[in-house]
Amino acid sequence: MIQKNLRAIILVELLLPLALLLFGAYHGVLQVLYRAGVIQDLEFLGINYYRGLTAHGVINAIVLTTFFGVAFGNAVISQQLKQSVSAGAALAGAALMVLGTLIAAGPIFAGKADVLYTFYAPMRAHPLFYIGVVLLVVGSWVSFWAWIPGYLRWRKEHPAQKTPLGAVGIFTAFIIWQMCTLPVAYEVIVQLIPWSLGWTSGVNVVLSRLLFWFFGHPLVYFWLLPTYVMYYTMMPRLAGGKLYSDFYGRLVFMAFIVLSSPLGLHHQFTEPAISSGYKALHAVLTFLVAVPSLVTAFTLAASLEYGARQNGGRGLFAWWGKLPHFDKERWLFPYLFLGLVIFILGGITGIVNASYSMSSLVHNTSWIPAHFHLTVAGPVFLAILGMSLYLSLGLLGKKCAAPRMAVAVPYVWTLGVFIFSAGLFYGGLHGSPRRTNLGISFLDPTSNLYRPDWVIGEYVGAAGGIVMGLAVLLFFYVLVRSLASARSTELADSFALPESEPYHDEDVKAVRNFKPWVVAGIVAILISYVPPLVQVLGANYPLVSE
Amino acid sequence: MSNARGIPQVEKKVLVASLLFAGAMLALIAYAAIRLGISVPTCITNVKPFEEGQLIRVAPGRYEAHMVAKKWSFLPSSIKVERGSVVDFYVTSKDIVHGFMIDGTEVNLMALPGVVNYIQTRFDKPGKHQILCHEYCGTGHHDMVGFVEVTP
Repeated sequence: MIQKNLRAIILVELLLPLALLLFGAYHGVLQVLYRAGVIQDLEFLGINYYRGLTAHGVINAIVLTTFFGVAFGNAVISQQLKQSVSAGAALAGAALMVLGTLIAAGPIFAGKADVLYTFYAPMRAHPLFYIGVVLLVVGSWVSFWAWIPGYLRWRKEHPAQKTPLGAVGIFTAFIIWQMCTLPVAYEVIVQLIPWSLGWTSGVNVVLSRLLFWFFGHPLVYFWLLPTYVMYYTMMPRLAGGKLYSDFYGRLVFMAFIVLSSPLGLHHQFTEPAISSGYKALHAVLTFLVAVPSLVTAFTLAASLEYGARQNGGRGLFAWWGKLPHFDKERWLFPYLFLGLVIFILGGITGIVNASYSMSSLVHNTSWIPAHFHLTVAGPVFLAILGMSLYLSLGLLGKKCAAPRMAVAVPYVWTLGVFIFSAGLFYGGLHGSPRRTNLGISFLDPTSNLYRPDWVIGEYVGAAGGIVMGLAVLLFFYVLVRSLASARSTELADSFALPESEPYHDEDVKAVRNFKPWVVAGIVAILISYVPPLVQVLGANYPLVSE
Repeated sequence: MSNARGIPQVEKKVLVASLLFAGAMLALIAYAAIRLGISVPTCITNVKPFEEGQLIRVAPGRYEAHMVAKKWSFLPSSIKVERGSVVDFYVTSKDIVHGFMIDGTEVNLMALPGVVNYIQTRFDKPGKHQILCHEYCGTGHHDMVGFVEVTP
């Protein structure tokens, strides 16, 4: 059962970012309209394209994902480790995150922080933007720390038991988050805030980018791992089966601790100041981190097949039909299953991006947002939507008021994101840049910069973006109608997250302790990052200001 | 089939197959980098950051282009080379971070202030190629374009 005194905190952590998502998604739709040349202007209804793009990235990729990770973590940890979370610490964490979000929202909407969520220096934002982001991240740290004493106590009281797999996945996500946010905290607190306040003359740009991209890739595993927790510990049960291999679940989580950080240079393949040899090392390590995801593909497919065969599924592929794709009693299932389907393409295109020299073909083109909308806006976003609805209704003791519509949402989203990405992949391969307000120049037939070869891609992208926007509207229809429905204390008291049983319950000691894996992760970081750091610091780059 | 201890055969096979897949991809990348010479920019120290853009003709069909990115144009704004020319591009920025991508080629670089990026390319397709800034650089970003004209 989820801890009683955490329930209100979890609800706020779920519903506040969802409210902000309305704007984040609105500006997603607006962007495809600008880019297709439907809107040919610097701004629309008072909001500048790049301001909206900043809000879209910050809200959807940072605020929503961080709040959700903490909320879901509070739920999973307190259910699986038996009411062990300090409510005071969890409240402090939540309060810091809310405060940080509100502080950062001010400068973003006032137009004092049109710097995108990557905030590349020396483009300057108002100090409150950086301070708000720091508070948000520190709040997530505090929430993580609130789980540790209870976990250690649980381990002491249950020496013979394995830590429940969901809790292992949540801890994995936050161990990675803790490690990868330290360098970016250094960048923001030591480099950017003093400079933004006018106390220092400028920023070492090369160093700031190295620190940012140290954070930028493990960040995606922080997004992904709560989703993996749902895939491993809940989806098999929803499918009527069991988790095929408990060992593989644990191995995958531990492997992510080691492999998710030492590879950030693959975001910097096209940059100066870093030797190509170091970049090649990071390319190799990036391919290693694909291995746990390939293993996951096997384990989850095997788990689904096992469930489907329990339901009477037959044949080589016909068992697919025996999964609860359209079951309105199990409306959470398609949010997870369709995410997996999307992730096949997201994973393959990620391998393209990681492929060293191939990066020159796609770097900073619209290929990149096409790719990550099949990862963070695919499996991650669908899991966040589905689980936010499931958890908030469960905690309030309410039922889904429109279960058929709830089932439809992930299908509409999947259709939209496939169309959207097809358009942006096409555009990217034809050189169309990401992050650019194309309608005002390249997509304007009267401009001397007009690019007729980009028109089709952007039109298809816009069609997909509109379908994605429709899916979000349908989701909010389901959410609001359900929240407005009658409350049952009995339902709220009996609510618990689904937990899958293992089919193969292997007992492998090596994957039952975080410590050696964390040590290996730190060693991997030192090996991969000390040489480029020495190179960058040794070159004495000038401090630059805008 | 279901055993409580040890790892079943099928799971071992999956792990091996995954590692082989990653290894095969890496082998292809290594082949492209080592045998075909397709690599990524590296750290160069022989050229100091510069403020003036210029195209230098080193020999017939051989050029050195010193390109400066700034809000919101490139210097020089347009360069002209004959078909088949090999050009060494040195790229830097005068103010903030910009992008430097030449349409229809593999030239795709970041332009950072205070540091020089480098790539060599050969122009075989005649015509006017756009140089695009593909990194967000403020309100004029979508107008930041230069040109490479390749004469037949």
